Amino acid sequence: MNLVPLFVAIPLGVAFLIPMIGIWWKKSGEVLSTLSMVALSVMALASIGAPAVVHHMGGWVAPKGIAVVADGLSVLLLVAVNVIGLLCIIFSLKYMKEYTGLPKYYALFMLMVAGMNGVVISGDLFNLFVFLEIASIASYALVAFGVEADELEAGFKYLILGSVASVMILFAVGTVYAVTGSLNMADVARTISLDWSGPEMNPALLLAAALFLMGFSLKAALVPFHAWLPDAHPSAPAPISAMLSGVVIKSLGVYAICRVFFNVFGFAATSPTSVIIANSMIGFSVLSIVVGGLAAVGQWDLKRLLAYSSIGQIGYVTLGLGVGARILATGESTALAALAIFGGLFHLVNHAAFKSLLFLSSGAIQTATGTRDMKLLGGIREKMPITATTTNLAALSIAGVPPFSGFWSKLLIIVAVVRAGHLGVAAVAIAMAFVTLVYYVKLQRNIIFGEVGRNVENAREVSAAMYVPLIVLAFVCVGFGILAVTQPAIGERMLGPARDVLLNGAEYVKLVLG
Amino acid sequence: MTVYFLCVVLLTMGLYCLVAKKNIVKKVIGVVIMDYAVNLYLIIIGYKTGGTAPVVEPGMGERALERFVDPLPQALVLTSIVIGLGVLALMVSMCIRLYEKHGTFDMSQISKLRG
Repeated sequence: MNLVPLFVAIPLGVAFLIPMIGIWWKKSGEVLSTLSMVALSVMALASIGAPAVVHHMGGWVAPKGIAVVADGLSVLLLVAVNVIGLLCIIFSLKYMKEYTGLPKYYALFMLMVAGMNGVVISGDLFNLFVFLEIASIASYALVAFGVEADELEAGFKYLILGSVASVMILFAVGTVYAVTGSLNMADVARTISLDWSGPEMNPALLLAAALFLMGFSLKAALVPFHAWLPDAHPSAPAPISAMLSGVVIKSLGVYAICRVFFNVFGFAATSPTSVIIANSMIGFSVLSIVVGGLAAVGQWDLKRLLAYSSIGQIGYVTLGLGVGARILATGESTALAALAIFGGLFHLVNHAAFKSLLFLSSGAIQTATGTRDMKLLGGIREKMPITATTTNLAALSIAGVPPFSGFWSKLLIIVAVVRAGHLGVAAVAIAMAFVTLVYYVKLQRNIIFGEVGRNVENAREVSAAMYVPLIVLAFVCVGFGILAVTQPAIGERMLGPARDVLLNGAEYVKLVLG
Repeated sequence: MTVYFLCVVLLTMGLYCLVAKKNIVKKVIGVVIMDYAVNLYLIIIGYKTGGTAPVVEPGMGERALERFVDPLPQALVLTSIVIGLGVLALMVSMCIRLYEKHGTFDMSQISKLRG
């Protein structure tokens, strides 16, 4: 029995059921979505380390039929999406009490999870586009869920820019189909590697690559395509901010970039296109690291600071992957490319953990104190010890203080960049790592420590449904940091298969087409 | 080749409308024009002058197969139109809500967030 299609079927079915049952059973959203997220998380965790699975929908074998592929990279993202989704749902149970229309909230949440799971396991370019739209439409609606002036404006901006990204991606999908005559990713990859991997460049494919890169970068909020993120992430309810920053920009943006460029277009050493693509990935990453980091320093709104920080940290993830791609494209040492890609993926997982923890903490602080203005906060250590401790751990982790997880992943990325010979890029990455430290020290001083702020005086610790997800994520942050040093085998077991998928892009064709 | 060029012109017109107009309803129209330019592009890919519907009947020779229009882009366009409809509905409902809050469709008066 093949369980992979259930990653889409369960959340999609639940999203359909909740609004229908919600009319006469008010608790349907809470109960059904928690149960299904528990089931999905268990399924995702159980598939770690399992061999790659290819499921041909309806028995139609690829490339004629539609394939669903769960290889190492997909499983890594499935685990991140579903586990963080479960924690955000648990957090929502209490946090969302102040909102109305809760069945709609849970239905949209499950729709978003269905879309992301679909993007991650899809083996077909057009299906990837459709699932990307499902996840995007749900997230536009969720950003505007508060229906106040700010939420609507942020949602509208996100919606307009997201639609432009979708148009670009659909244009690119059409162009790829016109050139290769197929939409199955493995089949397209085979055609490109046979016909177009030589020094001769196909201008249509180059156009498609540029459109894919722009479209997915917009979804991943890489600078200069980041304008929607600093508005959208702070305006959404806290669990949705945690999902957006933690997993949405990664599964719709970074994962899609990886899959399309490493596995479909391929970084063949002979093709001039691949160096161009890898260089633009590095360029966008460096811009994101600099702009995101510098803009975060000046913010006094807690969630806005975290949102800008997301732009910078996503830059580190794509820097690792981009440098790996460049090494593959120039045909230098594979071991070095493996190190860079491993660092990028490790930072992706770490960022999913600590950024969702920080956004959930910001929600807990907002519930307890009624504000997220850092000038009015301070000294929550005395009033809210659990939230303060978990926030502190996440801040230390993301700032790259050893021995927490963020330090090791940034170290791996920077070592790989230095050894690949990009000293200027490495210098920027190191300098901006210190800037990250600066704004998280600012966060620490103004929120956790310092004098008790005006709004904090009457604050009380939040209830268990809200702090349990915080504690779990804090354990993940600390655990990854310690395991990275003491037990490299566990890191290898989790991230190794995903790295190998990206490193040996051509293996994907063999896996799907046999 | 001319049709592809005109298709890109339509896309650019949509993008211009989206960027240059301040009225949010006009921005929505810009997005819809871009969406339809891409749908048109997909249709052109599968178009064949004098082509027939791709239905195989008994007694058809090999020659008939060559005259078939590629049906796949048309299936894609159907899906894309439905997605576009969903996005359009969401965009219009957000415009109405924004109008209720601000009493105007002018983006420069609505905009408070700094991006």
